[in-house]
Amino acid sequence: MTQIILDKQIANDEWTLVADDAPLSSNKEVINFSRWAAAEGADKDALVTKRDAGTLGIQLNAGDTADLLANESQGFALINVEFPKFADGRGYSAARLLRERFGYTGQLRAVGDVLFDQLFFMMRCGFNAMAMRADQDLDLAVKGFETFSAPYQADVNDTRPLFRRRS
Amino acid sequence: MYVYDDFDQRIINERVAQFQDQMNRYLDGKIPEEEFLPLRLQNGIYVQRYAPMLRIAVPYGMLNSQQLRKMAEIARDYDRGYAHFSTRQNLQYNWPKLEECPEILGKLAEVQMHAVQTSGNCIRNTTTDEYAGVIAEELVDPRPYCEIIRQWSTFHPEFAFLPRKFKIAVNSVEGADRAATRMHDVGIQIIRNDAGELGYRVYAGGGLGRTPILSSVVREFLPEEDLLTYLDAIIRVYNQFGRRDNKYKARIKILVKALGVERFSELVEAEWEHLKDGDGKLPSEELERIKSHFTEPDYLALEADPSTYTDALASDKAFARWVERNVRAHKKPGYAVATFALKQKGTAPGDVTDSQIFAFADLADKYSFGEARSTHQQNLVLADVEQAKLYALWQEAKALGLATPTLGLLTDMICCPGGDFCALANAKSLPIAEALQNEFDDLDYLHDLGDIDLNISGCMNACGHHHIGNIGILGVDKKGEEFYQVSLGGASGEDAAVGKILGPSFARNRMAEIIRTILDVYVDQRIDGESFIETFRRIGMDAFKAAVYPAKDSQAKA
Repeated sequence: MTQIILDKQIANDEWTLVADDAPLSSNKEVINFSRWAAAEGADKDALVTKRDAGTLGIQLNAGDTADLLANESQGFALINVEFPKFADGRGYSAARLLRERFGYTGQLRAVGDVLFDQLFFMMRCGFNAMAMRADQDLDLAVKGFETFSAPYQADVNDTRPLFRRRS
Repeated sequence: MYVYDDFDQRIINERVAQFQDQMNRYLDGKIPEEEFLPLRLQNGIYVQRYAPMLRIAVPYGMLNSQQLRKMAEIARDYDRGYAHFSTRQNLQYNWPKLEECPEILGKLAEVQMHAVQTSGNCIRNTTTDEYAGVIAEELVDPRPYCEIIRQWSTFHPEFAFLPRKFKIAVNSVEGADRAATRMHDVGIQIIRNDAGELGYRVYAGGGLGRTPILSSVVREFLPEEDLLTYLDAIIRVYNQFGRRDNKYKARIKILVKALGVERFSELVEAEWEHLKDGDGKLPSEELERIKSHFTEPDYLALEADPSTYTDALASDKAFARWVERNVRAHKKPGYAVATFALKQKGTAPGDVTDSQIFAFADLADKYSFGEARSTHQQNLVLADVEQAKLYALWQEAKALGLATPTLGLLTDMICCPGGDFCALANAKSLPIAEALQNEFDDLDYLHDLGDIDLNISGCMNACGHHHIGNIGILGVDKKGEEFYQVSLGGASGEDAAVGKILGPSFARNRMAEIIRTILDVYVDQRIDGESFIETFRRIGMDAFKAAVYPAKDSQAKA
């Protein structure tokens, strides 16, 4: 089973990303946002039922902004945010918006080109799970969350910027 | 100036440790080149034509003598005995060893310095007026706001991988803009509203590079305490919607232009609605805490223009000439602001040796409360000098080769390192600067020409700000040969403008002659007291074109 980082520890990945034209089962499965957005009628009802059963995750791909999902995000057990390239930083804004604006509390997972040196930023923006790129060292990765002990800015884990924490 | 507390120091120390670890993993082959690139860039390291270049941040240009000495030590111990001040008020080393960079950063951290985000697609060093805090005409000291922005932007978790680099400048003088604010991704003009409250006019979407654009107003008045939440809103919009498919179209200026400033502002305002009343709003205690670091030094009660000073002016013409160009009025009677041009003949603009930096640190201690500034014109400033001691200071600076009386004149050029060092350059820029310094070395002629900005860039990335030079020179590549395109009419400051291209480009060996021809037109056509740019604006491009390209110029290339 594939391993991921979940809540700063190595964990087994219980989820599978499903192709847009593949049928769904009762397992924990992730679909692309575009499939969710395009679904209508009975198809949509089936997806909603699966979501409410806690076995449907959704993936925001490059270019899908968090406001497309908005408060609808709250019903999902898992949201993936794709990093097509590690240098593409859109996912950081998506994560903060999901957590801070749209009240998403489920598993928020960075997927794609996810590397050790981005983990600290990802954690601060609200990701609690990372599916690291296959060549990354997971034993090293769990140490990537302590780089800075007291950063300047507010983040998802502490809404107070350093200027409200200094004394 | 700002002094780190335990939090600030810890953050910088942790950064050094982080980068040392990254460097170790890179050298062990555990981080591939492509992935190491943004890590080293965000620590100031470019890999240049011959060696890595390390760019040290000088936040808004402020330096103390201890920091200057550390910079000199590094130039001596890790470089070839010199360093280079950039147009972002930063300092660059051209010859450090890649593997020694973390060690250098560790030494800098000892004096509260760093290379954080001096490169890469992130928020860069914030710049401001080099005369901040010492001139009467400024509204308030802009430096506390720059420091607030520095802290907020340092390792901002959401904005470490923007579509492209992001530069912010702050100006606090109405009617003058030494920070080229409107050429920045975001420009902050500190103002008071009709009710007398302090705040900012916020501009966005300016920039040089391939597509030079002056920024547009996004908000006419933003209250003082809302600075950071508004910046968060602007950059969040940019981070989500800025183009990432083409690096030449990735700056915020392209987004603002594509959406139109009205639509862009709507998006920012809508985002800000969610942020403005959150914890990111600046409490008055924090504003006061930061401002308390920028209080006045212990000025003496002095008379203006003491006789020792006026006597020296009367008796020593060379000193008087230096004062005329390089010294400006201070807000306190009996004090002056002195600028030291790093534009010596035979050296690249902005270059200084380790011994010059050591000596300049001593001058700062002796004459200016131990503080100095770097400028975006690649010069150094001592901002709090007693007029009575200016003559002695000038003599000492002269002995160091730092007292050329040419501030703002033709040879006070801005110039990027160009093809001699930079891997991006299309052409060399330093030989042009040197040729012009040799051609125009007559001080009487230079003073007669008066104020003129000549800026040189070795490629369209425009590090030498050629677009906003009254005369701009851009290195271009024509089938493997280096040519130079001339533009006229650019300006920085309050009447900022982007220059227009004069015509076909020239070979390097013709540049001194071409510039001479352009200057001859100005001298010939000027009306009493007109500066070059004023004459240009009155007579237009055609007179210059006619002189430079008479009928058919066989040597000019298309």
